[in-house]
Amino acid sequence: MATVKIPPVLRPSVGGEKQVSAGGANVGEVLNALAADHPATQSQLFSAEGELNRYVNVYLNDEDVRVLDGLSTAVGESDTIVILPAMAGGR
Amino acid sequence: MASERLENKPCGGRYGDIVQAIGNTPLVELKRLSPKPGVRIWAKMESFNPTGSVKDRVARSLIEDAEARGAIKPGQTILEPTSGNTGISLAMICKRKGYRLKVVMPDNVTPERTQLLQMYGAEIVYSDGSKGSNGAVELALEMAEADSSYYMPYQYGNIANPNAHYNGTALEILEELDEISAFVAGLGTGGTLMGNARRFKEVLGDTVKIVAAEPMQGEPVQGLRSLDDGFIPPIIDLSLLDRKIFVTNRDAIVWTRKLLDEEGIFAGVSSGAIARVAVRIANELDEGNVVFIVCDDGWKYLSSGIYTRPVDEIENLDSTVWW
Repeated sequence: MATVKIPPVLRPSVGGEKQVSAGGANVGEVLNALAADHPATQSQLFSAEGELNRYVNVYLNDEDVRVLDGLSTAVGESDTIVILPAMAGGR
Repeated sequence: MASERLENKPCGGRYGDIVQAIGNTPLVELKRLSPKPGVRIWAKMESFNPTGSVKDRVARSLIEDAEARGAIKPGQTILEPTSGNTGISLAMICKRKGYRLKVVMPDNVTPERTQLLQMYGAEIVYSDGSKGSNGAVELALEMAEADSSYYMPYQYGNIANPNAHYNGTALEILEELDEISAFVAGLGTGGTLMGNARRFKEVLGDTVKIVAAEPMQGEPVQGLRSLDDGFIPPIIDLSLLDRKIFVTNRDAIVWTRKLLDEEGIFAGVSSGAIARVAVRIANELDEGNVVFIVCDDGWKYLSSGIYTRPVDEIENLDSTVWW
């Protein structure tokens, strides 16, 4: 099972946990497993069409999956998926 | 003007005023950080700009674009959300050109930035630091909506931002290197990455990989009420990126120190983060040139102790917006 790191904004939806475990062969499967275990995350993570919501950034370890293979990006047992809100950077 | 080329290298060029002296920065090889002989790492030293950061290029482009369109006139107040460098660059340029400047920035940036802005005569409006840059953007947009006399260049959504790099930084790099395997820059507004990426992809095709290094904002600054409050700068086109890698504040500072210790480069925290990603990409190559951006120098970060204290003793490591 992969480890999924939960940002503060999503923790109320997973019982306050900072990280949870979820199974799946790719990012989409892991996030769907997370949403199945914690239904309140479903509408925050995914659009009605099942795409990642615009302001949700998901990283396989430290790489943004949007510029890898998106939700199809393969996930290994020892991988960590990090969910972060899209925030303004730059100065 | 940004498009003018140097006529009298290597002294650094001759310019009519300090605003014209922006750009034409050195490209410095970092031999000690290179992991293997065939891979050369080059730092584009944007810290050599007049106020010490890459944002001098952006600020000049934003103001000169507005001038060219007749959108601003001397004496007018310019308003911009910025947590530091863009504000400092705008402040210098506005002072030289005769505009007033009001900047909106989070209240948890380092004190040097406040002093630099005040030094150039800018007025500062503080936003809630716990909201990070999002809070500054939000407040500035509200202020601009409430008072139409402000001109807001809005670096996050203004094509003049990436154009500063498309017409400047990228051309300077291409003048020095015929081959670029990877270009690494920080992802903030997206201007540096988008402008350079567009030019490099046009000239070099898909052989050049565009890599974004982005800050993993500490939890104390992730003050969003909901994910719908997120923000993606409108100028960012993710399809131009080949990789996008986050760097923690801790790693960014460790590598900022490494730049100093190994190569003698006194840079700001974002440059450390970008260097870390550049070296990782260099490790994945067998040969080629890896170019990365040194965004700013280290003077604005001295009070935080990042160059002298053990990293575990740095205060507010996660609650500071370092870059």
